Amino acid sequence: MSPSIHELSPGQEIGSRTIEVTRTDLVKYAGASGDFNPIHWNEAFATSVELPGVIAHGMFTMGSAVQLVTDWAGDPAAVVDFQTRFTKPVLVTDTTGTDQPGASIEVSGLIGKLDAEANTARIDLTVVSAGQKVLMKAQALVKLS
Amino acid sequence: MTINPDLQGRSYPAAEVYDVGREKIREFARAVKASHPAHFDVDAARDLGHSDLVAPPTFAIIIAQRADAQLIEDPEAGIDFSRVVHADQRFTHHRPIIAGDRLVAELHVDGVRAMGGGAMVTTRSEIFALGSGGSREPVTTTTSSILVRGEGQ
Repeated sequence: MSPSIHELSPGQEIGSRTIEVTRTDLVKYAGASGDFNPIHWNEAFATSVELPGVIAHGMFTMGSAVQLVTDWAGDPAAVVDFQTRFTKPVLVTDTTGTDQPGASIEVSGLIGKLDAEANTARIDLTVVSAGQKVLMKAQALVKLS
Repeated sequence: MTINPDLQGRSYPAAEVYDVGREKIREFARAVKASHPAHFDVDAARDLGHSDLVAPPTFAIIIAQRADAQLIEDPEAGIDFSRVVHADQRFTHHRPIIAGDRLVAELHVDGVRAMGGGAMVTTRSEIFALGSGGSREPVTTTTSSILVRGEGQ
């Protein structure tokens, strides 16, 4: 059950979440999504195209960030619109064989705007990795109950 | 290689059908570290009023990127995939994607803009569910911009 508009006000926080990412996670995302661009799993290829190393798929970051909204909304189907700009890559170091993540993505969200007529809330996400905003204008529109 | 400016306004008709399976929804949900029960448990999805498992909000990227591949692989387009950077992405859901859906995507090239030695290409996929008797129900509109880096960019 998604929240009711009467309980909400702009600026209200909906929570935060830290997503730990490993090279294995990128391989799993490649398989699940069908995006096998080697910049997301092969260090030599990534550096040959002038990247600092293996980077996460932008769509991995976007897709994992929205779960904060899905869980808050109570129903994944309530997320009727979701958009972002990709500003910085998430560099994922190779920590294979250890229990350390290769990168951490910190996601937090707040209510950006309420639309009483459409009965929707716009959630504005802040998505940071290694101290830099990796997504900009990450906004999810949630249909309220 | 330069981007063909005549791409703007071009469209590619719906090609192959994408059958949305339960295990694919579960696999994709795990891959984006989603834990909502409506992605995994049919009863939980039905309790929310859905007929079957609900796909995560970015699941449509699978279908959209297959449609984009028609453009990227079009020799007339002049796009070097190894120089492509994803610039922005949007999903507008007319209804959720549900396990059992049979989806097709129509690709439209909405914009081609020169940037430095490269170009920004904006595409839109209109994703429809096929119904019995050949009907088409709008499901999701995705828009995406890719930056094709020029030499030295």
